[in-house]
Amino acid sequence: MARGKAGFATLTRIGRAFLVIAAIAVLAWPRPAHAVIEIDITQGNIQPLPVAIPDFIGGNPDDAQLGADIANVIQGNLVRSGLFAPIDKAAFIEKIRDVNATPRFGDWRIINAQALVTGHVALLKDGRLRAEFRLWDVLAGQQMAGQQFFTTPDNWRRVAHVVSDAIYQRLTGESGYFDTRIVFIDETGPKDARIKSLAIMDQDGANMRVLTDGGELVLTPRFSPTSQEITYMSFGRGDQPRVHLFNIETGQREIVGDFPGMTFAPRFSPDGQRVIMSLQSGGNANIYAMDLRSRATTRLTDTPAIDTAPSYSPDGRQVTFESDRGGTQQIYVMNADGTNQQRISFGEGIYSTPVWSPRGDLIAFTKRHAGRFLIGVLRPDGSGERILTEGYHNEGPTWAPNGRVIMFFRDTPGENGGPKLWSVDLTGYNERQIDTPHFASDPAWSPLIN
Amino acid sequence: MRIMLKFRRFIAKGAVLAAALTLVACSTTSSTLDGAVAAVPGTVQDFVVNAGDRVFFETDSAELSPQSRDTLDKQAAWLKKYSSYPILIEGHADERGTREYNLALGARRATATRNYLVSRGVDASRLRTISYGKERPVAVCDDISCWSQNRRAVTVIGGSETG
Repeated sequence: MARGKAGFATLTRIGRAFLVIAAIAVLAWPRPAHAVIEIDITQGNIQPLPVAIPDFIGGNPDDAQLGADIANVIQGNLVRSGLFAPIDKAAFIEKIRDVNATPRFGDWRIINAQALVTGHVALLKDGRLRAEFRLWDVLAGQQMAGQQFFTTPDNWRRVAHVVSDAIYQRLTGESGYFDTRIVFIDETGPKDARIKSLAIMDQDGANMRVLTDGGELVLTPRFSPTSQEITYMSFGRGDQPRVHLFNIETGQREIVGDFPGMTFAPRFSPDGQRVIMSLQSGGNANIYAMDLRSRATTRLTDTPAIDTAPSYSPDGRQVTFESDRGGTQQIYVMNADGTNQQRISFGEGIYSTPVWSPRGDLIAFTKRHAGRFLIGVLRPDGSGERILTEGYHNEGPTWAPNGRVIMFFRDTPGENGGPKLWSVDLTGYNERQIDTPHFASDPAWSPLIN
Repeated sequence: MRIMLKFRRFIAKGAVLAAALTLVACSTTSSTLDGAVAAVPGTVQDFVVNAGDRVFFETDSAELSPQSRDTLDKQAAWLKKYSSYPILIEGHADERGTREYNLALGARRATATRNYLVSRGVDASRLRTISYGKERPVAVCDDISCWSQNRRAVTVIGGSETG
């Protein structure tokens, strides 16, 4: 089968500095009328798709090592999604030597691969890293996707994540979630003398770094959807606890607003313009939103109750929050201006930490009932409650940007125990612990970086 | 400071023990607990031993029990007698609830304690409150005996106990 000539789109530079990836070529290939291989991710407990991911080709030992590293990261992502079963490299028959050549599909069918990923990397003389990949449907004998990237060499992991997202999207029809980061709280020390620090890492645990020095109690960090900023709550150096902003690039931080009491539970609005949070006043906590440019604050709730953990809908028109105005913590939904506050949780138990899915279709929550701690979802009208997982002190769900995976944290009992991050699919399957160097809590998932 | 910490650990073993301790410590002799010295009147140690520096709460509640009111009555009497100290009331919660709510619940407990002390005549301008939510447990076993110790409001003379 003759290979079509690659067409090149215009080079566009997205963003600055260390987060640039410019995809400049979508390689043309006659598309099949329908995909032979596809994955339905709405079904739980599916058979993982067997996929072969040979090391990306490199023309010299350094490039070859990079090629192996990239293939490794891609494989890790696809495995952790629970949707793919990688085939052992030792079983490969054909050795891919030219990323532009058609593979010998028979060699891959024999080892039961249904999808094949091939790629090539080169560190160029001008200092850039060039990488490209192809996704092949082994059974149909056709290319399904292909892209070429130019970036800085230290961005090689992001290449692997973007490729992983492209593969995921092509095979499931859903956008991926691998080119993302997690902000969370790193915890060390015994349970009665915990040291907490702001931390950030790639969603696969790589590039973990601590952003604060452990000298102040920090809690509940959340990403801005539009800028390199985090909002979080800090007790400062013995000052009144307040909501802060932290600029990831510059390390600069500031207190949000000038409130007369403790502020906490902050989140950004979907347009990144506002921070919504709780303000404590005596025995009550009410929800306020502050415009970050004008500094104008709007009070949204006004009850003699604890109203907290607010979270915007992805269209920014509504807010879900928890309130004990009815006697126990329950989930409410209101318009973003504070009108029309309605309770939506009516099951048995105590509901808290509601978080709206980026798809808009569901709200995730923490539920406590009869000494059990559960993570679940329900629709914004309160119907369709479904529990995803139970575990010791399960708490604090956060959504992947495609609304298909939830991360949360779970504790272990006793003075030497501590929390770790876990993820679970929306189907309730594929529950996994996330690798962090120490104890970890309060995860928040970033949007797709690109 | 070491002696005070010893008393604090002893007191933290529960409200019943705290009441018993108060009875014992009311004696003016130098017979003591843990081999420590009897408290000098007007000191922080005196407050902790003779009034009791903390009250405890039921799950998800900021209601003051009769026992708590008793303790706070003693605190108020002491604070009015020795009126030069500024006071910080810390509100805390156990680990059996979510983080944001527990911050607010701790504040609610600290406020309830503060309001009661004010109602008993303590000058409101001396009283500051702070909540640590579930972040500063004193007891870390996986059992109600520990959780109940953490659901507390602590009256701290002159500054912060937990920092």
